[in-house]
Amino acid sequence: MPCDQTQNQLHGYLDGELDPLSAANFEKHLETCPDCKQSLAAEEALHQSIQKANLYERAPESLRRNLLGKSEGRAEIKPFPATRVFPWRWLAAAAVFLLAAMVGWQQLQKPRGLTEAQLIAASLVDAHLRSLQPGHLTDVESTDQHTVKPWFNGRIDFAPPVRDFANDGFPLLGGRLDVAGGRTVAALVYARRKHIISVFVEMAQAGNYWNGAGEAQGYHWLAWQQNGFSFCAVSDVTPSDLEQLKQLFLAQ
Amino acid sequence: MLEGEDRARFEAIVLPHLDAAFNLARWLLRNRTDAEDVTQDAVVRAFRAFGTYRSGNARAWLLQIVRNTCFTWLRQNRMAAEFMEFDETTMPQESKNPETLALAGSDREQLTRALESLPESFREILVLRELEGCSYKEIAEITSRPIGTVMSALARARAQLRNSLSQPASKEARRAV
Repeated sequence: MPCDQTQNQLHGYLDGELDPLSAANFEKHLETCPDCKQSLAAEEALHQSIQKANLYERAPESLRRNLLGKSEGRAEIKPFPATRVFPWRWLAAAAVFLLAAMVGWQQLQKPRGLTEAQLIAASLVDAHLRSLQPGHLTDVESTDQHTVKPWFNGRIDFAPPVRDFANDGFPLLGGRLDVAGGRTVAALVYARRKHIISVFVEMAQAGNYWNGAGEAQGYHWLAWQQNGFSFCAVSDVTPSDLEQLKQLFLAQ
Repeated sequence: MLEGEDRARFEAIVLPHLDAAFNLARWLLRNRTDAEDVTQDAVVRAFRAFGTYRSGNARAWLLQIVRNTCFTWLRQNRMAAEFMEFDETTMPQESKNPETLALAGSDREQLTRALESLPESFREILVLRELEGCSYKEIAEITSRPIGTVMSALARARAQLRNSLSQPASKEARRAV
């Protein structure tokens, strides 16, 4: 690959926006090209100094007050007023639970050599598919981890770790509640290029956690454990993208 | 200021991105006071247009309105000749000598000055990517450009930022408008 072609790709690589094949090719090129290696180091240094310089300027309070209306005295913007969302949400959760139970029962009636892990993965893939229907993707829509994380407070009995990986090409889109294996779990929603990834999170319990990796209905899933939580990422992205996301979580 | 039934929904979905809106306006207009006015204007516009927002990326949706409002404002308050459309293709290619690559000492003031000296299109894409952490897809959506051109535009913007960082003070004159 000649260097003039890789000059732009270097930025895609730096921003985590190359597809896995191009990224691999670029890395191969880096091994043999000291110029590009130096350029990449320089771009990384520039990126670091911008991040360190803390150039982000937040909206002044006066602007917030103006927009929220002084009369109501609203000081804070809250994600999704709970009263509006909740009844519907619980109904949906109940319906989904019933469906999952029925599907699970049918599967048990007609065992086709599916392991329990595969059954659970299938239910997570189903949950991911449901979420892709219009209006079901997120209950709290925000790219800000500090908005998404508190949203789970009081809705679920644990505090799932919420991180935005936008700089690594996995921007956080929001979160939602879901039901898997009859339990309410947290789902974090990430974008990967044009694809959506659901990362399901629940407390890992002895002998009862998501594990392994596989494929169901054309969707890949990858599970792992970390800090007492059980994670399972489901998406139509490549397994290597899921692996990359897993590594980002583990690096936290 | 905002009224009506949709207000709660708007506050929940769009207003969490107020910091992002203000930050973009501040860097496009290079001035906090103007940025506050223009952001307020943009948010009111966004509220009026909220009926057309279905679902999807609320931040990108709002930022698109903010940048358009900023550009309209800049056009109306045409500040000197610098609002000239910038010809990106004639940009000199970045030299690769070590001095221009060494940026370790860059501090906030220096970066602010360098960033503010860039043409708007470069400043915009750098703020969206480096400060706001937008994906290429979001940048394409916000700036209404094909997604295939985001990567090369970023490459040129970064090269230009490095250039102005390596030419201390020479660009300052352009700021004094």
